[in-house]
Amino acid sequence: MSTRELSLDDRLGLDKYEIDEEHSHIQVDQSLCLRCQLRPCLTVCPAAVYVAVDGEIVARYENCLECGTCQIACDTGGQGGITWNPPQGGFGIVFRYG
Amino acid sequence: MEKFDAIVVGAGPAGATAAYLLAQAGMQVVVIERGATPGSKNVSGALLFSQIYNELFPNFWESAPVERAIVGHSIAFLGQETSVTLDYRDLDPTHTPHNAYSVLRACFDPWMAQQAEDAGAMLLPGYTVERLLVENGRVTGIHAGGDDLLADVVVVAEGTRSQLLKQAGLRDDFYAGDVSIGVKEVIALPEEIITNRFQCLTADEGVAYTCVGHTGGVEGGGFLYTNKETLSVGVVVKIDALYKSQRQPHEILDEFKSHPFINRLVHGGKVVEYSAQAIHRGGVHLIPQLYGDGYVVVGSAARLLLNNVMTLRGMDVAVASAAAAAKAILAAREKGDYSRASLAAYEQFFKQTDVYQDMVTFKETYALLENKRLFNVYPDLISGVMDDMFSVKARPGKKAYRALRDNMHDELTLWQMLKDMAQIGRGLVR
Ligand SMILES: Cc1cc2nc3c(=O)[nH]c(=O)nc-3n(C[C@H](O)[C@H](O)[C@H](O)COP(=O)(O)OP(=O)(O)OC[C@H]3O[C@@H](n4cnc5c(N)ncnc54)[C@H](O)[C@@H]3O)c2cc1C
Ligand code: SF4
Ligand code: SF4
Repeated sequence: MSTRELSLDDRLGLDKYEIDEEHSHIQVDQSLCLRCQLRPCLTVCPAAVYVAVDGEIVARYENCLECGTCQIACDTGGQGGITWNPPQGGFGIVFRYG
Repeated sequence: MEKFDAIVVGAGPAGATAAYLLAQAGMQVVVIERGATPGSKNVSGALLFSQIYNELFPNFWESAPVERAIVGHSIAFLGQETSVTLDYRDLDPTHTPHNAYSVLRACFDPWMAQQAEDAGAMLLPGYTVERLLVENGRVTGIHAGGDDLLADVVVVAEGTRSQLLKQAGLRDDFYAGDVSIGVKEVIALPEEIITNRFQCLTADEGVAYTCVGHTGGVEGGGFLYTNKETLSVGVVVKIDALYKSQRQPHEILDEFKSHPFINRLVHGGKVVEYSAQAIHRGGVHLIPQLYGDGYVVVGSAARLLLNNVMTLRGMDVAVASAAAAAKAILAAREKGDYSRASLAAYEQFFKQTDVYQDMVTFKETYALLENKRLFNVYPDLISGVMDDMFSVKARPGKKAYRALRDNMHDELTLWQMLKDMAQIGRGLVR
């Protein structure tokens, strides 16, 4: 088996999650995003959680690896539209190797 | 309402160490961890530098779930199609403890937490601390799972993001240039293939590669560490450089893995996990306020890390800071005074540690991490020079100086290079 050519979705498919179906741990304030030129959230996320749909930023929170990068990038290079809180205890990514 | 002597937020290396030492001294301690099991949220490289662990848990490698003893460290400069490596090997690998052991956090952190529990600490996994309770500037406890829990002192060991401190207005904002993202894959390979491929004598021995270059021109580096039956492969790149580059983290990881040097080492392996974690670059000049009324901040939450290009040390630094904090808390207990003035002893104790001395020693190294040429000019330059000197081609051979001049491109002047060499000298040599 080759280690090459895994798509991002293939990779995320390898990971284990306990998805909180009811609550998203990520909120995006669209009014701030409107003013955002650089939109770093669209590049820095290792799980491509943020996507632009009809001009709005949508967060596919169930893919989140909980790395903390988006909040830092949005606060420093964006307009601070992201509010990221850790998922409720026990939910979210479950690393088996780490 | 429940009141404890101490509440520890987070069961990473820092939190587990604080809980272990405080419980051992007879304090009633509770550790709250948001992962269902300790380690299930945590990502590191990971090389565990053993000195301080051995002081705390003598001969820990005999019972702790370590992967391989690291008997070789290499630094590799990756040019376009070439590589130049500098290998260090401990050829008498019988003396223990070894300098470092490779670990996987999901396996190692539960062991650390168990040591704290065995010492009498209470572990509460699967609970996210939602906020710190602050009264008149004094931290009095935490809120989690719908309840307030009170304590004489709160040990904040929540890791890099330090969200709780931010919410409570107890930390400065990050500067994007100071934070990187680490993106990693764990790649499975049979144990004996790893042992043979990395020229180890036994399955208990392993090696570590730190790599410079081939990270898509984004400032940072790569790593490849051997575990028992897996390899840990990843890149660590600066967040601001990443969003300016408009490239996604997994693309940088792909580029790194596609380099023939890395490709050969991971060949035939199967990716079994993909992970990421933000990481502060640390540095003695960036140490924030470490304590206040009723609380201390330890480990990555306090941006305590040591990165000297060749090694990235966070876990042992976290342990050292937690041990210093525990000592200050125990002294505060004697006095019955957990005020800011009393807990200030933490900073003094931390400054007496070897870890802090190392942070001072390598303080000039941080300037190197800012030097883009280290990542996107020198790896090719060094490779080009070696190529000119080793290869027999249909053109005259070259001595080192000539080869160097011929490989220097317009963006690099001799003067600039001399300045960079002086910077490398200040950072790593003198
Ligand atoms: C890619 C990468 C490679 C690295 N490589 C190395 C290496 O080779 N060697 C090395 O020594 N260091 C390495 N580090 C650094 C090392 O990982 C950190 O410095 C170290 O983990 C810090 O320990 P800590 O206990 O302070 O924080 P963490 O290990 O981050 O632990 C924090 C804990 O708090 C928990 N937590 C957070 N918020 C809450 C909350 N609100 N409620 C309850 N629990 C919470 C988390 O789940 C976690 O268990 C690396 C880091 C990265 C990202
Ligand atoms: S970076 Fe932040 S403010 Fe900018 S578009 Fe993304 S979420 Fe909105
Ligand atoms: S925490 Fe990391 S993985 Fe999750 S959304 Fe933010 S950048 Fe993406």
